[in-house]
Amino acid sequence: MAELKFIGGYPEYMRKFIDIVNKTRAKRKDYTPIAMTMEQRDEVLKVHPDYAPGGKRSISIGLNKGDMAPNEVADLIEAYPLIQGNEVDLTKPDLSVDLLIIGGGLAGTAAAVWANDKGVDKDQILLVNKLRHGDANSIMAEGGTQAADRENDSPARHFLDAIGGGHFTNKPDVLRALVEDAPLIMKWLCDLGAILDREEDGSFVEKAGGGTSRRRMHACKDYTGLEELRVIRDEFRNREIPYLEYYPVIELLTDGNRVTGAVLYNLETGDYKIIQAKATILATGGFGRLHVRGFPTTNHYGATCDGVVLAYRAGAKLRDTDTVQYHPTGAAYPQQIIGLLLTEKLRGMGAQPVNKNGEAFVFPLEPRDVEAASFIRECYVKENGIVTPTGMRGVWLDTPMIELKNGEGTIEKSFPGMFRMFNRFDLDIRKDPVLVFPTLHYQNGGVESDPWGKTNVDSLWVAGEVSGGIHGKNRLMGNSTLDCLVFGRRTGISTAEYLKSDVKHGKLMLEHMKNYVTMLKQAGIDTTRKAPILLPDYRGKAVLARMIDVF
Amino acid sequence: MPEKDNNIMDKIAESNKSVVTGIDEKDIEHWITISILGSEYKVPAGLTIMQAMEFAGYRFVRSCGCRAGFCGACTTVYRIVGDYRLKTAMACQTRVEQGMYLTQIPFTPAERANYDIDKLSPGIEPFLIHYPEILRCLGCNSCTKACPQDIDVMEYIAAGKRGDVALMAELSFDCIQCGLCAMRCPAELAQYNYAQLARRLHGKYETPLPNHLKNRVKEIEQGKYNEELDKLVQTSTEELKKVYTARDIEKA
Repeated sequence: MAELKFIGGYPEYMRKFIDIVNKTRAKRKDYTPIAMTMEQRDEVLKVHPDYAPGGKRSISIGLNKGDMAPNEVADLIEAYPLIQGNEVDLTKPDLSVDLLIIGGGLAGTAAAVWANDKGVDKDQILLVNKLRHGDANSIMAEGGTQAADRENDSPARHFLDAIGGGHFTNKPDVLRALVEDAPLIMKWLCDLGAILDREEDGSFVEKAGGGTSRRRMHACKDYTGLEELRVIRDEFRNREIPYLEYYPVIELLTDGNRVTGAVLYNLETGDYKIIQAKATILATGGFGRLHVRGFPTTNHYGATCDGVVLAYRAGAKLRDTDTVQYHPTGAAYPQQIIGLLLTEKLRGMGAQPVNKNGEAFVFPLEPRDVEAASFIRECYVKENGIVTPTGMRGVWLDTPMIELKNGEGTIEKSFPGMFRMFNRFDLDIRKDPVLVFPTLHYQNGGVESDPWGKTNVDSLWVAGEVSGGIHGKNRLMGNSTLDCLVFGRRTGISTAEYLKSDVKHGKLMLEHMKNYVTMLKQAGIDTTRKAPILLPDYRGKAVLARMIDVF
Repeated sequence: MPEKDNNIMDKIAESNKSVVTGIDEKDIEHWITISILGSEYKVPAGLTIMQAMEFAGYRFVRSCGCRAGFCGACTTVYRIVGDYRLKTAMACQTRVEQGMYLTQIPFTPAERANYDIDKLSPGIEPFLIHYPEILRCLGCNSCTKACPQDIDVMEYIAAGKRGDVALMAELSFDCIQCGLCAMRCPAELAQYNYAQLARRLHGKYETPLPNHLKNRVKEIEQGKYNEELDKLVQTSTEELKKVYTARDIEKA
């Protein structure tokens, strides 16, 4: 193959397609395709990875036996533990605390601060992290946080938008908690000193998101999760709440009925720690790094479904395991950033999806699954996509339209993160559109809970992406950071209440794990697979083929 | 259409293979040589530093977080053979170059103060109490040069010395707290921690709660929406669908 000639970061042949987008921009400025009807949505969803045939199977053991899940998730549910049980000494815990929080993203960190606020002594809390405190999907959230706080809006509207976006499968009582607490969360963030985008008069800048009927997206430029997380983490640090890093949980402990602690594994030294706890909050996040159906992902390095695996072995009930959220606008070019997120806020501020003919082919703010499916249809059914040098197909997201609609300089001001990311690879999103294709973004389902995050297993709470029900089978933009904050707060409060009622430490046992192994064997699951996998493996194939284990 | 849809998923998976399952040598045409911690490796051209290290056989535990430029875990310093300048980068956001020799800095030892944000007020005092060393800044600009986010660190430190937390907050807003500024500072400052304090002071004290939020919080606390929400939670799916479809949509 001859060397490709590049112009402004794009090979010459892609540049020709960009010219078409540039030429048709003025014409498209005042045109927006109309939103789809329910029937049209159903039709396009046939090419969505959740609905396209294959890719899933039914879970063969446990409480959710018979429920459908992506093969990659079912593989982990139907996998053997990392330990047998006899190699760990459960008789002497290394540490006993009232509250163990597993996972230090927004949900876990918020939970710690709220539990402390509600009377749990800081030294009776332990937050454990698989990687560093804050290495989480939370920190990468770009677009915003929903809260119905404008006069023409209401929590009820927020409820309606979310349940419609979730195809009416959301668990109503937890969704209610989400929308009702949202304004309280915005106040909490401000009280802590988070900097949210403001209008000249001091009111919040609030934008639309896919599937919202009111503008209620609060943002911190395009660094919303970063700002929220670093403020809450700073507050956590100020209170000197103990935390561990590089210590993933590899198994929960129970006394046969309730969760009583966890086995931690030091990723660097390889030894274990036994933690005894009266209450445990699981806030381990999602599963993007499983690359369901071979999709790239927006998720952080540690998003490997650990929480669901551990909770399921301990007897927790899951729900909505059959759907996965693919964000419509993942980067499809350049190769170095394939799959990384291009915030929905870009569309909220006017960026249009455009095909190779320069046509705006879809309403830009459909719910995420509908929007994503329409991109797949455009590329693979209608053949109106652009093919990259690495063979990916994508459609354009016409970012210069943002400048045309909102004035020059808007992109640098409102999207410094996006501008910077592309600029590092010599692309200018102010002048040229960017190529996008759906990317694996969010674990819709997860561990079921009540409106306070409490699961069916005693002494076990869940918060954030690991939980299921709030978003049903599809989440709207701006409801995930909100979910983390609302249920971080609620689980913090709820565990603090629980701990006030003279709870005693329970016995530390792995019987539930051993029973699970028996179930796996009885179901005839003959595999060497182990879970949780903790981290993905991207090492080169040539190296892996020659790897030997000598010490 | 079903058979065709399945085929679509296969095609998509095929096109994403290198990102999802690791890179296969046979797909690569252009190679370069880099040095990781002093050892040379031949790696595909065009990869990020992070992808290149993985290709070479490194499996990250440290120095890898979000893989998208937001978390500051993959701090890297390097030189290019023949160039005296020391460069800094996030490994996940920087392409490898021929002759690059690099190391990573997985952790930054930096002092951070514990404080009660409710007991402080914006201005110079919080810095004089908690970070008096801020006055040691020499104005050498090493911090700004080291910042992978292109933040004018020296300028925000200057603002901090004047007690201008608003400017400090604005200039430092895109900080990912990777710690490179602190590692390069000859005056031994921990700039990014001071900026965190400044942003919280600005957010808490200089941008008051909007009235529309105050009102809504009060309404919720008074239970104004209880009845409506109670009803919605009980509403049948059929009825919800009707209400949902009929709702008006505010112009974006």
